[in-house]
Amino acid sequence: MKKVTERLKRHAEHGKRWVIAVPTLWLMLFFALPFLIVLKIAFAESAIAIPPYTQLLTMADDAFDLHVYFGNFIFLTEDALYLTAYLNSLKMAAISTFLCLLIGYPMAYHIARAKPSTQTVLLLLILLPSWTSFLIRIYAWIGILKSNGILNNTLMWLGVVDQPLAILNTNVAVYIGIVYAYLPFMILPLYANLVKHDHSLIEASQDLGARWLQSFWRITFPLSRNGIIAGCMLVFIPVVGEYVIPELLGGTNSIVIGKVLWQEFFNNRDWPLASSLALIMLLLLMLPIHFFRKYQEKEWEEGK
Amino acid sequence: MKQPIRFSSVMFWFGMAFLYLPMLSLVIYSFNSSRLVTVWAGWSTKWYGELFRDEGLMAAVWRSLEVAFWSANTAVCLGVLASVALTRFGRFRGRSMLHSLVAAPLVMPDVIIGLSLLLMFVSMTDVLGWPQERGLFTIWIAHATFGTAYATVVISSRLKELDRSFVEAAMDLGAAPVKAFVQITLPIIMPALVSAWLLAFTLSLDDVVIASFVSGPGATTLPIEVFSSVRLGVSPKINALATLIILIVSLVTLVAWWLSRRKLKRDKLVRS
Repeated sequence: MKKVTERLKRHAEHGKRWVIAVPTLWLMLFFALPFLIVLKIAFAESAIAIPPYTQLLTMADDAFDLHVYFGNFIFLTEDALYLTAYLNSLKMAAISTFLCLLIGYPMAYHIARAKPSTQTVLLLLILLPSWTSFLIRIYAWIGILKSNGILNNTLMWLGVVDQPLAILNTNVAVYIGIVYAYLPFMILPLYANLVKHDHSLIEASQDLGARWLQSFWRITFPLSRNGIIAGCMLVFIPVVGEYVIPELLGGTNSIVIGKVLWQEFFNNRDWPLASSLALIMLLLLMLPIHFFRKYQEKEWEEGK
Repeated sequence: MKQPIRFSSVMFWFGMAFLYLPMLSLVIYSFNSSRLVTVWAGWSTKWYGELFRDEGLMAAVWRSLEVAFWSANTAVCLGVLASVALTRFGRFRGRSMLHSLVAAPLVMPDVIIGLSLLLMFVSMTDVLGWPQERGLFTIWIAHATFGTAYATVVISSRLKELDRSFVEAAMDLGAAPVKAFVQITLPIIMPALVSAWLLAFTLSLDDVVIASFVSGPGATTLPIEVFSSVRLGVSPKINALATLIILIVSLVTLVAWWLSRRKLKRDKLVRS
């Protein structure tokens, strides 16, 4: 009998190892390892070849020849375009994250205070748009914001403006598009946090004479810190690299890093330069991603 | 306590209008007979006919559905394994790494994922001679990878709150861990598996940036096709497509909600 349980145990240990190994290996191979290749190609030179870059390591006369090229990074500092693009992206991400928080917080609060059966319905209503196509929802804004679009037609019909407002192809349009597309990502973690709050704390503070704003600032807001961090990171990090929204709604002068990277890669076919742009973006996002991961792990341990 | 509720309610309904009015405008103007999307010229359903006659677009729809189907299957399988490892095995070597590998794709910008995966495939072809060409196969790998991250979040949050006593009872009665998992745990977490599958499926159907990087000649998916047509300006055909997508998603959501509500009510009856 003892033998059997021992064999079963060994068997289970073996199975366990597979359960861990399969997803880890898949994600290592197709998510982590590619970053090393980006690192490699960022130090290669662009060349007219297939693939269009020089090799880092070559064999010549029975010896390895290591060829590291720093030209891409030097080039990035010389042209002001790239610095502008990085700064614009960071600014755009920061402002739209703040706007999402401003709109998303009260919305999440409203859902968390509703009856439990209503909460499910309201959450579904928030999530439903993000299950339809993201691309098509951004496309909708082109029709609304165009100079002869729905918004301008309405405003002119109401007599608010005499001539159409130029909104499409400006930064305002990009902000509208980003807030629109990313709002659900802000609301979800905020709701998940707010719904866990113990309401008696607020009642106690009110019994002690606190006004609503006071108890909100001193109780609800600090308690929801983890939700705020998660929501902000879920918006901020992807928006820094956003390509589709600035491309469709922004004008030629809305220079952001996602667009520049795309153009370097697809239009100029300069793979090494695109790689070094991606590498710097990754370095910039390292800290926020670390933040996000830490929060996630906290939530993970808490729930157990 | 009256004041804040009223303010947040106003903000909530304002936000809902912000989320839904653009979608409503897409639906209304898909029935517009004019080619100029924003000039109203009477009701018509002709754009739906044009949409179904567009062979390029229809072929892209089938390609996208195929890729999304296989990506979602793969993502759920890998997601179940990763969730079990993260929620059931306690501390093990590589736990923190697996955790990072699951969390990072959730926020990583698409351009970085797309570029790095493409360079990876190119290097692999260079060194190993595989994959020979890029196309639906490489898109499947890319989508399965980020789908796994989302699937793991959905499945592991369900596994975490699961009452383990059933599983322990089964194991006390002599069931092997695998058998206990398949016969007890899997049926209980089935709803989570379905929602993880649907999430991975819609994310795959929606991706344009990563697919543009890793796709090859002849493998244009629906979002790539839509993106190139939208870049040229508005087209009523896209409105018709959008209306159909909104209709399908709403119906699926409604059915899912109705089923879960019915189950909830039944559970309450059983308990009382």
